[in-house]
Amino acid sequence: MVDTQQPMVTMSSITKYFVDVTANHKVTFNLYSGEICALLGENGAGKTTLMNILFGYYACDEGEIFIKGEKADLSSPKDAIARGVGMIHQHFALVHSQTVLENIVIGTESGKGLFLDLKTARRKLLALQEKFGLQIDPEARVWTLSVGEQQKVEILKALYREVNILIMDEPTAVLAPAETEDLFKTLKSFVEEGRSVVFISHKLNEVMDISDRIVVLRGGQVVAERHTAETSPRELANLMVGRELLEDIDKKQLEPGRPVLEIQNLDALNDKKLPALKNLNLVVRQNEILGMAGISGNGQRELSEILFGLRDPARGAIKINSIPLKFGNPSSAIKLKMARIPEDRMDTGLLMDLSVEENLILEDHASAEFQTYGLMKLKRIQRYSDELISAYSIATAGRDAVTKSLSGGNLQKVMLARELAGKPAVVIASQPTRGLDVGAMEYIHQRLLQERERGAGILLISEDLDEVFALSDRIIVIYEGEIMGEAAGENASREQIGIWMSGVNIKVKQ
Amino acid sequence: MIRFRIIKRKPLPGWAKIVIPIAAILATLILSAIPILMAGGHLWKSYYYLFYGALGTRFNLLETFVKASPLLLTGLAVAFAFRAKFWNIGAEGQLLAGALAATVLGVNLGGVPQPFVLPIVIIGGFLAGGIWAAIPAILKTKLKVDDVVSTLLLNYVMIHIMGALLFGPLQQPGSSWPRSAAIIKAACYPILLPRSRFHMGILIAFFVVFVIWFINQRTTFGYRSKAVGVNIRAAHFGGINTTSVIIWTALISGGLAGLAGVGELCAIQYRLIMDISPGYGYSGIVIAMLGNLHPVGVLFSSLFFSVIIVGAQTMSRMTGVPSYIAEVIQGMSLMVMLIFLLFTEYKIKVMKK
Repeated sequence: MVDTQQPMVTMSSITKYFVDVTANHKVTFNLYSGEICALLGENGAGKTTLMNILFGYYACDEGEIFIKGEKADLSSPKDAIARGVGMIHQHFALVHSQTVLENIVIGTESGKGLFLDLKTARRKLLALQEKFGLQIDPEARVWTLSVGEQQKVEILKALYREVNILIMDEPTAVLAPAETEDLFKTLKSFVEEGRSVVFISHKLNEVMDISDRIVVLRGGQVVAERHTAETSPRELANLMVGRELLEDIDKKQLEPGRPVLEIQNLDALNDKKLPALKNLNLVVRQNEILGMAGISGNGQRELSEILFGLRDPARGAIKINSIPLKFGNPSSAIKLKMARIPEDRMDTGLLMDLSVEENLILEDHASAEFQTYGLMKLKRIQRYSDELISAYSIATAGRDAVTKSLSGGNLQKVMLARELAGKPAVVIASQPTRGLDVGAMEYIHQRLLQERERGAGILLISEDLDEVFALSDRIIVIYEGEIMGEAAGENASREQIGIWMSGVNIKVKQ
Repeated sequence: MIRFRIIKRKPLPGWAKIVIPIAAILATLILSAIPILMAGGHLWKSYYYLFYGALGTRFNLLETFVKASPLLLTGLAVAFAFRAKFWNIGAEGQLLAGALAATVLGVNLGGVPQPFVLPIVIIGGFLAGGIWAAIPAILKTKLKVDDVVSTLLLNYVMIHIMGALLFGPLQQPGSSWPRSAAIIKAACYPILLPRSRFHMGILIAFFVVFVIWFINQRTTFGYRSKAVGVNIRAAHFGGINTTSVIIWTALISGGLAGLAGVGELCAIQYRLIMDISPGYGYSGIVIAMLGNLHPVGVLFSSLFFSVIIVGAQTMSRMTGVPSYIAEVIQGMSLMVMLIFLLFTEYKIKVMKK
């Protein structure tokens, strides 16, 4: 099989540091001629970083790259393209006001004197289109094209540059299902003549459909390598998110009380105007944690944004303690005592350039406790901040320290302290421990369990199966905006959840 | 091969906030030696007369304060807006709006009891400037119109409105010049020190420094405005009504620029003319940046600017270096300050490969 031949690309022992994160740690990756290799992993697993290194976009700190047996020093994408490596990022690099042909020719001008030789270029382009079945009018202006068509332009651009190693970063994220099928056909014909494709994705089904081989990354390291024919979505789901369970969770038996969060018939579109949530219904009661498992990108972000007041749904209703939530207005959620832990705490949740104190009072600064006639009660605010800092053991130089000086775990503690201080009725925790170390993770888990005991209802949206299993009273699985199934926390099987996560709607026998 | 990379550095200690501006001003003066020498000036003599001209005599010193007051107000106006990331490039137009309103009121308030006239004129000027700034803020928040462009272009709209009025209804009867009638005595700022132009507006400007500092540090509005400026998405997430914050910030910012216009009208010109402002609104942008958007920083940077502007007159007379050198020094000071500020957050790392 493919393994016996000489690899087209060898990346050996690649390590890449960003300021305080190791994005790739001693990653070794081979790519063979004629294959589609999927790079699978959660967000932040280091897939895109690794490929950006191969594309010459980043320089690696350690390790070597060989392309077609030759050692390659790539200091820019230009070097990579010269060696036949092309990459299509999630955000396309097209000039919208120019035509398809002009976009494709940019940077490869082989004109006579000052003038572009568009005629020859056009002939070459049409030949490529013919061969790969990528039908697009070369004279169309890019802004008139759909996203799927723009992606075709990007592929043609790579073909025009005679790329034989094509990297695609989450190419289907922006596509409608029919467009995805077209793309897969194109990729298959692309590799027929010995070219190869690296397909970055976190969607299991896709990867199963398109790839010949799958490399799973987790936490910047390669955790597994499988031939697609010899693996299953279930195994892949476990490889992607699985982590050894380190903590011992002590969960009290509690009887769930009255419903505190009710979501009824919720429909929503994502930023590309494609359906993200389809008739979603769920109920969270007092004293219970409802865990929502699922690979990211299946509507979790849209759901949490609607709950947080950052996005309007297309249809449906949400009630908190039986009172309807006003959409598109975060203060409605605050007023109804919803604690909100957003997944991007550094961008949405916290004001990184303000002090810890200023972050802690964000939602309450206008309450009578902290101001009279618009004048802030500084003494009381300081006392309150100090109390929260010690109650949540936030490691900081003090309440006046700028928030961005805190570590990831302490940022999340600030977030929790602010949100939980008001004794919320509902807690929405979206990927609450993503990127945190084990100690911080355990702390967050304990806090969520304490809220459950106090009487809050908690919706835990998480990609981390261990977390979902450890904390949840009930587990639901979301796939393409729909609930695939529900299981009770104590006797749910990982196997069943894995199957649902991969979008297959069958029950396994217990 | 040697590569340079710009990387983030750890936050600097508090004393850096004081040392860096002083170092920046010294660096500016050193660099400014180049154009002064190129203009054929004698270096020590030029700098001596620059500072003597601004600070050396009682009259010159007071003139420096007179010049500083509009610069201080427009600087505060811009700094207050920029802090909330409302990019108000329109302080010039807002200043003119304030001067225009003060003219209309100051000429026509003859029937009002004397003690009320000046407060009405001041409030009217403040509101006119504020409303002129609120227009682009509403456009920004409701229609996502870029505030840099709209605030800038509204400057020209205001200049032409003023021109139309000065050639029309506001023109002094019997005059063929584009100038208004003089405002009544009760509408003039009192002169506070004899044999000078040291007027009440200067005290108002200094008081505003304190007011803005107080709003920024002690009020919930100042807190919200800062939060919106730092990260509007997170501020919105936290329940802050960002639209209202931006519009109120614009109102206050424009109002301060309007006060600068009132001062120029009621203490310097006493009647509206086309040249009422030599670009104080634009200088305000530079002054705000130079003062690092902090009210006390703006106070010192506006004083520095007025020293340069006033002193350059004397320097030019005594040494023959053209007074345009003042503008060169101003521009230089901003560039030096921006570079220094860059290095408070970043450092250059040399990487050998």
